[in-house]
Amino acid sequence: MSPAALGKDLVGLEGLTADQIRLILDTAEPFKEVSERPIKKVPALRGKTIVNLFFEASTRTRISFEFAEKRLSADTVNVAVAGSSVDKGETLVDTARNLEAMRIDMVVIRHGSSGAAQFLGERIRSNVINAGDGTHEHPTQGLLDLLTLRDCFGKLEGLKVAICGDVLHSRVARSNIWGLLKLGAEVGVCGPATLIPRELAELGVTTLPRIEDAIAWADALNVLRLQLERMHAGFIPSMREYNRVFGVSLERLERAPKELVILHPGPMNRGVEIDSDVADGPHSVILPQVTNGVAVRMAVLYLLAGGGPDWRAPMAGGGDDR
Amino acid sequence: MARALSRMAVEIVERCQGADALLVGIQRRGVELAARLADLIQKSEGRSVPLGKLDITLYRDDLSTVGPRPVVGETSLPAEIDDRIVVIVDDVLYTGRTIRAALDELIDFGRPRRTLLCVLVDRGGRELPIQADIVGLSITTAPGDRVEVAVRELDGDDHADLIREGAG
Repeated sequence: MSPAALGKDLVGLEGLTADQIRLILDTAEPFKEVSERPIKKVPALRGKTIVNLFFEASTRTRISFEFAEKRLSADTVNVAVAGSSVDKGETLVDTARNLEAMRIDMVVIRHGSSGAAQFLGERIRSNVINAGDGTHEHPTQGLLDLLTLRDCFGKLEGLKVAICGDVLHSRVARSNIWGLLKLGAEVGVCGPATLIPRELAELGVTTLPRIEDAIAWADALNVLRLQLERMHAGFIPSMREYNRVFGVSLERLERAPKELVILHPGPMNRGVEIDSDVADGPHSVILPQVTNGVAVRMAVLYLLAGGGPDWRAPMAGGGDDR
Repeated sequence: MARALSRMAVEIVERCQGADALLVGIQRRGVELAARLADLIQKSEGRSVPLGKLDITLYRDDLSTVGPRPVVGETSLPAEIDDRIVVIVDDVLYTGRTIRAALDELIDFGRPRRTLLCVLVDRGGRELPIQADIVGLSITTAPGDRVEVAVRELDGDDHADLIREGAG
């Protein structure tokens, strides 16, 4: 088995090696081109059945996964259980077992409970891909952010990336932190003290108390969405005050010592964590992130659908056509 | 190898009769060979031939059985292939399965007027009804033999070797 090959599931970037992350990013490159073809489809996953099991609301991620699956010729079924009271435990396993009884090959799961993807992966034979579990990880978002940054800067080693906003509740932040650190980037976090977990310092993450500090320090800002649906405990005084103190505005960016690249995982709260003239401005790579999302998800699906320990030597080395 | 390539370049020109041709190399060594052939045609005919590359990994018929996934290379076709002559270039023709995949991939890009197959070495042993139109060297081999083609750009020098079963 090649050392970089992925395992059965993709639960998070924490459990991957730098080589495995690089393999996914490098595999995403040729998949970018597939989406530019007149016929945006290749037969690589023909005959595979994939279930998109979304226990939480999602537009971008679900559609992106669905495009990725369809462009690889897989058959897909969407199961949306948003708003239902289904939670981690027997019910989730039962749902998955019923799906497996219908002979599926892969499950893409989004769930409100941290650890749901791993829990499921340990209990079913199908490949499981985490599309966001609670406040734990959102690995494909982390990967598409890495790919977008690599496109902008050519490499990730030594790059300074500040993750701004609600780091506490953000699975996107966690996947980014693991991925960036493993690939040799420096990571800073910036936000209200109530929304910055203290344990991050142990990972070697720099805390930047003010947004001005983050802008002065970083090469790129990953501006997180203020997760209003998870704000039950008065973490910030008001959205208006948040914008005044931590909002990324054009005025603040113009005082930066260098040109910054601005990422945002979406959906944006315009006028809260990010101003419209920044989101739509020349610094923003928010739409390229969305484009890269499809390529990264195609790469993950393609790599996970492989598996099997009896690996013949690849075609490298030249010569015979099989 | 240089002599075989010059002969192949001449044959490509004859076959295409000045028509709008396009050379498409199959990743990886086919890409280098296609570039060499395009150079030779440029030198003798004084016109440049558009070059493309095709990675057939995603069209393989054994993808579900090969285990961890082979690395996917770049596919890029320089222009519309509709109504043009497409010359597929590869290093070794053996079972024909790579070419089957390449043909399938090609028709997802358009409908060439004609498609030709040009290979440096035809070693026989076809498992599909596929034939080459332009061949540098034909040899007879047994199933256990290996044919290795090396090109300057990737391997440091040019050579094609037949390694018999059990040898080295």
